[in-house]
Amino acid sequence: MAGTHTHALFVHGDSELHRLPASTKLGALGLFVLAVVLTPREAVWAFGVHAGLALLGVWIAGLKPMFVARRLLLEIPFVLFALFLPCIGGGEQIEVIGLSLSVDGLWSGWNIVVKGTLGLAASIVLTATTTVPDILSGLDRLRVPRLITSIAGFMVRYLDVIAGEMHRMRMAMLSRGYSPRWIWQLKAYTASAGALFIRSYERGERVYFAMTARGFTGHMPSFGDEQVRPADWVRAVSVPAVAWVAAGWALAVA
Amino acid sequence: MSIPALEVVSLSYHYPDGTEVLREAGFHIHPGERVALLGPNGAGKTTLVFHLNGIFRPETGSVQVAGLPVEDENLMEIRRRVGIVFQDPDDQLFMPTVRQDVAFGPANYGVEGDELRTRVSDALSAVGMLHVADRPPHHLSLGQRRRVAVATVLAMRPEIVVLDEPSSNLDPASRRELADILTALDITMLMVTHDLPYALELCPRALVMNDGSIIADGPTREVLSNRELMKANRLELPLGFDPNFDR
Repeated sequence: MAGTHTHALFVHGDSELHRLPASTKLGALGLFVLAVVLTPREAVWAFGVHAGLALLGVWIAGLKPMFVARRLLLEIPFVLFALFLPCIGGGEQIEVIGLSLSVDGLWSGWNIVVKGTLGLAASIVLTATTTVPDILSGLDRLRVPRLITSIAGFMVRYLDVIAGEMHRMRMAMLSRGYSPRWIWQLKAYTASAGALFIRSYERGERVYFAMTARGFTGHMPSFGDEQVRPADWVRAVSVPAVAWVAAGWALAVA
Repeated sequence: MSIPALEVVSLSYHYPDGTEVLREAGFHIHPGERVALLGPNGAGKTTLVFHLNGIFRPETGSVQVAGLPVEDENLMEIRRRVGIVFQDPDDQLFMPTVRQDVAFGPANYGVEGDELRTRVSDALSAVGMLHVADRPPHHLSLGQRRRVAVATVLAMRPEIVVLDEPSSNLDPASRRELADILTALDITMLMVTHDLPYALELCPRALVMNDGSIIADGPTREVLSNRELMKANRLELPLGFDPNFDR
């Protein structure tokens, strides 16, 4: 069962951003998101600067705007929540097409939408230009505890395997006349979720045996073979640097 | 005679529920030998394999790998010397890329830098899988994954490689490719299998295991030709297969 969705986020290409070492991109993403979050919500012009930088990233990576827009749909649940805020907020109210909306609620909603969108857009640029293994070794290089990168690595590695097992169990259920359209048949699904859990647990034990068989003693070895030059860091950090100037300016005048 | 690569002496083991899995099992394998371990389901083959690198400990009896007993203080060295290739490559390949997976074993033994890179590329070249080094294991076919699983063990430069059902679920072409790779390796090998023609092709010597004991030990062709022995131990050749047919 050779799945595909582990690389589903990655877009093949040979852009400047694709070539940058993962650790520098991760660092730049972190700095950019921090600058966006620190920008006061009233400084609309500063968000314009941030959006310009995100678009610059999209352009350098050679991504299609429609592709980025589609991935941005991920934030819809959060946007819905933000849309709700002006209706329940207190304080000063304004009339918009017959609705009484809270000014503070409107600012709160805008704050969530704009910061969420910018953060997500930047993450989309990162994941579209960096493979998952590279992101993991980049995190490793940035001294993220190896326990966390290992857990993330195992999750990515076994997602396909467990999805494959789930698919086979579903096929086995369908083959024996099970039709999952009816809600009262949910019981079979919960039972199979239990079976899936047991199988995954047992696999965990076998994987652990396989690890100890190759000398594992509780510490994952490091594979930080990524080559990073100072020039890579300078290039990567140049983008969030502009965002920080904008955020700093906005904070100073606020 | 040379020191055996693997020496198992009257090994016994019970499951926690009291079931006797190994009874006085004993055999030895000399360097360079390729030996098949045959037997029906539940004969104790996998339990035996887990004793070879100290995952399970013998209640009575002993296991020695190239003269070194399987004991707590030798465990790391034992696990370097005995390379186990598990039946399901998804259990064996757990790292994000093939390269990292092959490097995992030697890296646990402190190998790093250029030496580690050489180990990885040598091991992957030996199984013809160097071109997939940077791919995630789950993007490979089962045959490819099984070859990479062999490489993960070769990278540790073991004294003996133990393969658990290497041909299971492989299509005939992948089965053949794996056989070519395994015969080309200059290494001591113990192969647990139900695939009797595979055992005959790859291993000049065979052990038959049943009820936790080694019942027979001899040239594979003779073992497979002994009808009473085969029948008594639930071993069956594929229809029409003649072990004495000269290829």
